[in-house]
Amino acid sequence: MYAYAILLPLLIPIIGAVCLLIGAQSIRAQQIGGVFFSGLTFIASLVLVQLADEIGYVVLQSGGWAAPFGITLVADRFAAIMVAVSSFMGVAVAYYAVGEIDDQRLKRYFFPLYLVLLFGVNGAFLTGDLFNLYVWFEVMLIASFVLMSIGGKKNELEGGLKYVSLNLVASMFFLVGAGLIYGKTGTLNMADIAAKVGAAGDDGTQVLPAAMLLFVAFGVKAALFPFFFWLPSSYHTPPPAVSAIFAGLLTKVGVYALFRFHTLLFESLFSHFQLLLIVLSILTMVTGVLGAASHFEMRRILSFHIISQIGYMTVALAIMTPLALASGIFYLVHHIIVKTNLFLISGIVVRMRGTDDLAKVGGLVKTAPWLAVLFFIPAFSLGGIPPLSGFWAKLGVVAAAIEASLWWVVVAALLVGVLTLYSMTKIWGEAFWKAAPKDAEDMSPVREPEKVKRDLFWMVPPVVVMVLATAVIGLFGNPLFEYTERAAAQLIDPGGYQKAVLFPERQNVIGPYDKKELSTGDL
Amino acid sequence: MDFKMALLIGVLFSCGVYCLLRRSVVRIVIGVSLLSTGANLLVFLSGGLTPGRPPMVAPGAKVPEAPFADPLPQAMVLTAIVIGLGLTAYLLTLVFRAHEAVGSDDINAFDNTEK
Repeated sequence: MYAYAILLPLLIPIIGAVCLLIGAQSIRAQQIGGVFFSGLTFIASLVLVQLADEIGYVVLQSGGWAAPFGITLVADRFAAIMVAVSSFMGVAVAYYAVGEIDDQRLKRYFFPLYLVLLFGVNGAFLTGDLFNLYVWFEVMLIASFVLMSIGGKKNELEGGLKYVSLNLVASMFFLVGAGLIYGKTGTLNMADIAAKVGAAGDDGTQVLPAAMLLFVAFGVKAALFPFFFWLPSSYHTPPPAVSAIFAGLLTKVGVYALFRFHTLLFESLFSHFQLLLIVLSILTMVTGVLGAASHFEMRRILSFHIISQIGYMTVALAIMTPLALASGIFYLVHHIIVKTNLFLISGIVVRMRGTDDLAKVGGLVKTAPWLAVLFFIPAFSLGGIPPLSGFWAKLGVVAAAIEASLWWVVVAALLVGVLTLYSMTKIWGEAFWKAAPKDAEDMSPVREPEKVKRDLFWMVPPVVVMVLATAVIGLFGNPLFEYTERAAAQLIDPGGYQKAVLFPERQNVIGPYDKKELSTGDL
Repeated sequence: MDFKMALLIGVLFSCGVYCLLRRSVVRIVIGVSLLSTGANLLVFLSGGLTPGRPPMVAPGAKVPEAPFADPLPQAMVLTAIVIGLGLTAYLLTLVFRAHEAVGSDDINAFDNTEK
């Protein structure tokens, strides 16, 4: 019975999307429906987190077909916390979008697409089947393609084209990798692939070419070096609400897939990947932050910072100790909230000043001191200043690297932290601290100040909530860190996952499944 | 037979990548279609080629007679073809509108997001 809780974060967004498709011409209905359904998804995801923490693995076999023949939906602690944070971002940005997104985009099915995006993201986190993961990636991708270019402006279409073409190539790699893995192992179920590759020992290296294709596909999605070039070309073009939800969710699905790839699917082949992953992560961190240092528009800077922070998360994965994995998961949670928040704040700056070009804005600390405070907290959390959440996340990663004696990682992480701080103080100094430039008239795209005030009524509360979340995670983050330690303990032991999926009768898992004699032997 | 299919898939992939690297924006669509075809054929091939033996269970029997064609790669390819259909349709529209907005077919003219 309880296993049906895993279905709610999937069913609610898609039912919402279908309902909103019907009422597409009424702006009010779209806005209310969008916030309502994403809010319901968030509540369902909290239930799932609670359940996953109690039981360990919440497993559901779709259609009742036993693993490894059917499609499994698995929520372990890691997947559950990812669904919860994504749904939190979903509802916050949906509320923000009520004030930000213009009527033209709303009439072109903005909210149904948004809910389908949440549907795809939740599905990617909860699936236990490799080809099903491909399908969820495509659902998420097609929704993001359309959301990116729905406004029809030149920048959006150009950015959309670059985003689409590179991600389609990544999808091809994923498909080919999945097909080759099926050809070698005879199964698509993640737990079963892990069991078969693990049991094969040295022969397991036969799947390395297919595994490499998958690694590249997930690397493109996660914006790893040298696959990230679609991100700075496209993330700053759509409206800030869309940028924010992309920044918070899409690359993190790629990181999640990399986590599953290394801790579950090809865990026995990790020695072949570790050095590669460490080198790529360091390069990702460094190129991301150097790219950010060379730009002068808020959203382009933030786009490069996404890349740089992804390097931190993948290096935590590469170290592969319980502390490192716990820090990596904590970093994921912290970063999703902070990055989405920063994009939303840049959206508020655009709404108030008409541009996010740092040369043209200024003096916001005098005209909007509340915005300065709201920017200060997530920006310095990103830079890693105590006692905010970014400090604990970075401390965890650096401590794990020191324990593992990976000195290059420590040096890179600390240097990149300094450069990240430089970027954040640059934005602070240019947009907030310095006086407004004399020749910049008020270029807000919305002419009436009354409408700007009304829009801000919708745009500011989600930012406040997320700032509070960052502060709370920083000051009282121990429960969250202990949760991520429990999640990391699950990740470091793939046998537990395999037992939960393939031999559920030995667990306390309740769900529809057929008891079947499996010939994969005792684990 | 498998070898000829593998060769064909290799040719499709190389043509697809070559088209992707061309200067014209329309070639991107063609390249993606070729890559998609190659990928689909490869997934289909991963189940092995067993001509003329569909995976049907004869009445009264419990399992199909071995050897039979593997139905799972066929299902995967069908899903992939349908996904590719939707994506290609969207990509075509996007290329058309982007070409209209930028005014040129040359990918080097698409640099407004880089400046």
